[in-house]
Order: sequence, then C-alpha cells, then structure tokens
Amino acid sequence: MNVTGRASYSESQLYVDGVTVSFDGFKALNNLSFVVEPGEMRAIIGPNGAGKTTMMDVITGKTKPDEGRVIFKGDIDLGKRDEAAVVALGIGRKFQRPSVFENHSVFDNLELAIKSDRSTFACLFDRLDADRKSKIESTLERIGLAGERDQMAGKLSHGQKQWLEIGMLLVQDPELLFLDEPVAGMTDAETEATVELLRDLRGERSIVVVEHDMAFVHALGVKVTVLHEGSVLAEGSMDQVQNDPHVIEVYLGR
Amino acid sequence: MSLLQRLYAPQAQEPGKGRLASAVLLSVLAAIAVLVPLLNLTVPADSAFHVPTYLVSLLGKYLCFAMLALSIDLIWGFCGILSLGHGAFFALGGYAMGMYMMRQIGDRGVYGNAELPDFMVFLNWKELPWYWYGFDFFPFAVVMALFVPGLLAFVFGWLTFRSRVSGVYLSIITQAMTYALMLAFFRNDMGFGGNNGLTDFKDLLGFDLQSDNTRAVLLAATCVALAGCYLMCRSIVASKLGRLITAIRDDEARVRFLGYRVENFKLFVFVLSAMIAGLAGALYVPQVGIINPGEFAPANSIEAVIWVAIGGRGTLYGAIAGGVLVNYAKTVLTGVIPEIWLFALGGMFIAVTLFFPKGLVGSLPAAVDWVKRRIGKRNPPASSSLAEEPGQ
Ligand SMILES: Nc1ncnc2c1ncn2[C@@H]1O[C@H](COP(=O)(O)OP(=O)(O)O)[C@@H](O)[C@H]1O
Ligand SMILES: [Mg+2]
Repeated sequence: MNVTGRASYSESQLYVDGVTVSFDGFKALNNLSFVVEPGEMRAIIGPNGAGKTTMMDVITGKTKPDEGRVIFKGDIDLGKRDEAAVVALGIGRKFQRPSVFENHSVFDNLELAIKSDRSTFACLFDRLDADRKSKIESTLERIGLAGERDQMAGKLSHGQKQWLEIGMLLVQDPELLFLDEPVAGMTDAETEATVELLRDLRGERSIVVVEHDMAFVHALGVKVTVLHEGSVLAEGSMDQVQNDPHVIEVYLGR
Repeated sequence: MSLLQRLYAPQAQEPGKGRLASAVLLSVLAAIAVLVPLLNLTVPADSAFHVPTYLVSLLGKYLCFAMLALSIDLIWGFCGILSLGHGAFFALGGYAMGMYMMRQIGDRGVYGNAELPDFMVFLNWKELPWYWYGFDFFPFAVVMALFVPGLLAFVFGWLTFRSRVSGVYLSIITQAMTYALMLAFFRNDMGFGGNNGLTDFKDLLGFDLQSDNTRAVLLAATCVALAGCYLMCRSIVASKLGRLITAIRDDEARVRFLGYRVENFKLFVFVLSAMIAGLAGALYVPQVGIINPGEFAPANSIEAVIWVAIGGRGTLYGAIAGGVLVNYAKTVLTGVIPEIWLFALGGMFIAVTLFFPKGLVGSLPAAVDWVKRRIGKRNPPASSSLAEEPGQ
C-alpha cells in the first residue's frame, strides 16, 4: 500500500513499514505502514482498541514487532533497540495516562527529564548548570506552570500534569515527539490551551499526536491518519478523512 | 490496600524535615561516642553515673543493627526494592571480620596450632584453604567485608534487574539467596567453622577484645561509621541520582522512557546498600564475639525490614531509630517474657504497616500536632489572638 505516493523514504523522519504485532494470536497491529516527514505534525486517530498505543510501544522500543520494521531518519532501525536507546536517538513519548513523578516538585520533574548525561555516575555528581536551569525556567513559562515551580507534581490538576509531561518531553529536546491522548480528561478550557501549546510547537520538531477526540484534531488542523483494527484506514486532511466512506462506517456504524 | 500491597507501595516522606533530624541524630551519635566510653572508663563502678561494660557493647550492637536498617532503607524506602536478604550481606561482612580475628588467635587456640584455626585442626585439615589467605592482614579483611557483599549484590542484581524481576518475586529470591547461604555455611567442608561458626576471638589489631578500652573504642568506631554512612546516604538521596531512584520507585516505566537505564541505577544502589550492611556486620562481630550461620537465617532479614518499617522508611534517620528502638524493646521483652517477642514484633509490624505507614518518625509531626491541639483546647489562646491584632 503506497499511502503517501513518495518515491523514497530515505529522507523521512519515521517510516513504519508493514508492522504486525500479535497478542496471543490477536493482531493489535496488522501490516501497519505510514510515514512522518521531518518537522511535520501528524494526528493519528482511531477508535479505542485500534492499536494506537501499541503502535507507540513498538516505535519506542517497549514492544518488539513480530513482522515489519520501524526506520528512524531513513536508516536507523528502531526494532533492535530498548527504551533508553530509542530516547537517546531523540524520540520522546508522553503516556496516555499522565505519568509525572508525583513525589517530586514540578521543577525536579523537568530536571530529571532534561537532556543530559544519563549514566549512573554522571547523575551522582550532577550539578544543574545555568544553561539547563534557564531552559527549565523558560519551559515552565511555556507550559504555563511557572507559578507551580516548587509544588509537588502530585498536587497538580489533571490538565497541569499533562502539560508538565509535555514539558518533560520538550526539555529532552527530541526530534520526534509522540503524544498519546494529550487532552484526555481535560476541561474545554484546558483543551484549548493545549491546542495553542501544540500549534506553538509546530515546525520545531516532528510531532505525532494520538487522539480519539475529533474536535481536538480538527482544531489542530494537520494531516490525519486514521487507524482501524491495527492498520491504516485513511489518510489526508481532516475534511478528507471525515468524508471518507470507510471512516464514516467505522465511526458511525459502531 | 492489603498488607502486602502496602509493603510495595511507595512511602514518600515530606522533604525538608531532614535537616533537623540529621542534626539531632549526629549530635546523639557524637554524644554516645564520647560520653558512654567516658562514663564507662573514668567513672568508678559504684557511682550512679557509671556505665557498665555490658551496656557499652549492647549499645554498639544496637548501632550495628541501625546501620543494617539504614542500608535497607536506602534500597527499600528510596528505590522501592524490598530486599528480604540483607541479613546475608551483614553476615558476610561479619564472617570477613571473624576470619581476621580467627587468624589473630595464632597459636593461642586449644590445639596450639599457629597455622590453622582450631576447627580446621579438629577436621584434620592439613593446610589453610586458599580463600583464607590474606585474612591475617586487617586492611584486607576490611576490604573483603565490603567487597564480598558488594560482589554478591552485584551478581544478584545484574541477573535480576536486567531481566526486570521486581516486587514480590524479587523479595522471594532474596530470601532464597540468604537461605542458600545459610545452608552452605552450615557445612563443615565450606571451611567457615560450620555449625559453630567463628568464635573464641582474642584480640583485634593486637588489642584485647575483653578489655573495657577496646570495647569503648569499638563503640566509638561504630558511631563514627554509622554517622559516615548516614551522611553518605543523605548526600546520595539529595543528589540527582537520589531523585532518580525515588522516581524509579514511583514509576519505573516513565524513567525508562526518559532514557535512563533503570537496571544500572538499581544495581548501583543495591551494591552500595549491601556494602553498608557488610560494614555493619564487620563492626558487629567483634562486639558480640561470635558469627555463625544462624546470621543468614531468612527470619533475620525479615526482622531487619520490620525495624525499618516501624522506624519509618524513606527517611534514613527513621530506619536508624527503628533499628535501635526495636532491638532495645527486644532486649527488654525477651528479658521478661521471651515467648512473647515474635508475637509482639509481628503485631507491631502489622499495626505500623496498616495504621502508621510512615512509621514512628513519619508519624511524629502528626502526634506533636495532636498534643499541641489537646493543650490548646485546655488553654484557649486568648492572649495570642490579641497579640495578632495590631489594631487593638
Ligand atoms: N499487552 C497486551 N496484551 C494483550 N492485548 C493487548 C495488549 N496491549 C494491547 N492489547 C490489545 O490490542 C488492541 C489495541 O490496543 P491499544 O493499542 O491500546 O489501542 P488504542 O490505544 O488505540 O486504544 C486492544 O484490543 C488491546 O486489548
Ligand atoms: Mg491508547
């Protein structure tokens, strides 16, 4: 299936090539293929159970694919690498359930996340330098948590935790960013603020946003890939996919 | 939450209370190191202020247990790994020191053999096994007291953390580890004195172990070592590595996706913790005069975890308080009604786990507040409310 019509994948940011993952015979991903371009923001939508989270697990090294390959930046095969190695290559991930370190302050959460030497002894003797400190401070401004700097992350509201986790990704400075349902459980106002934040990030790096909230994806206004039963059902602008008969059937026929 | 779940649930303590507690702890240790030997050595035995020698050694023993508790708190309270095998590291450190003191006996043993310890003569051994080489030399024995537990922890941790064994499974394997070592050390042909272990020590670095002076110095050395280990643990938990291991405790998967190799961090803390336990064992043996395979008993490791739970895990100083207080209670209770001790310990453990998960020191601030409120009720704060209104 040639969904993008490109002749070469060598310049792509991410190339998912015919990935299949089975859990006890059930195919959570079924010959899934798609391409993300450098600097692109992409939305991936699909009903619950479509395989969105599993797709992320495969790309970030948590789950090994049964078949197929995941190629980063044209020639790096992610299939053989573990989580830490994938992160080191410049891929960041926000989980579906907000997962911040509740017993650490907002600032410390960012300090643990910020790009730095990840080795054990480096961490033992690490002192936060001015560069990293100012980067953390500016990220705090950007995610709207400057006022909560010293608060325990566990005390934040649900929406604030989601933003903090996005901030934790930004300070890692990844080339490719995965956000799993960033607005799940957010109020309308929080969702709007998140749309603003993501729009602001556009072009800085490649971002893949996974959502099943159609209104949110519409508001983002980016290219959309629709996932269904572990493979791509449709791809294009939001208006295109919304008028696609297959998509209408899957979303309305359920 | 069930009792078991509570043991594996993180128990985060309020930050910022550490400074005062550290100051108190270090002052108390300094006072013990100086005053107890003074009151033992210089005050005449008939004075009310005299501290008898048995008490000096008893205190030293408690402080060694406190150091073991400290090592468990570092790995359990901060990194979330419930080790039920730390007694093994303690015992290995103890054996290393015991081997040195066996060599110190020289030809003063029952058989008068300068080459071999008594138990080897008894077993008809002709020469010293290779793994006893070097133990004539004190610094070597000290290094081994740290290195052997560290090495065991490294091998154990390397195998388990890399295959992502955690939680109850890991705890059970640590129990199996200490049990296996106990069986091995019970065997005569292992060359560690079998059933009887190592005992009848005469002196340490040439100083008579029975003399009051030696005992006083051992107590002071234990205080210094405990204070040093405490300060080291404090600086570790205050470092970025410390924040990282608590993050691992709270959400291991998240830490992996930040790009850290979780198993390496666990391994580092586990090895360090085992070495502290080994040092505690090395200080313990000269003060109690014996080390035998019973120290590897799985129940010993569980008991040490209970001290930490009762004292308050995740604070370091709480573990030290737990190690001392619970063992003091044990001395008192077993002196009166020995049969009741295990029930009392089990009862305290369950009560603390269910009702005071922060342990004694963690619950202290709440208790102080409660007392203050009670006092406040009795004396209505009439004067203070006036003072707060400057306009009046
Ligand atoms: N570890 C697993 N074991 C068994 N089945 C799984 C596992 N992870 C996901 N699945 C199944 O795979 C399908 C896709 O799940 P998921 O990727 O979480 O979907 P989505 O994120 O799109 O809602 C679901 O039917 C789910 O039940
Ligand atoms: Mg999902």
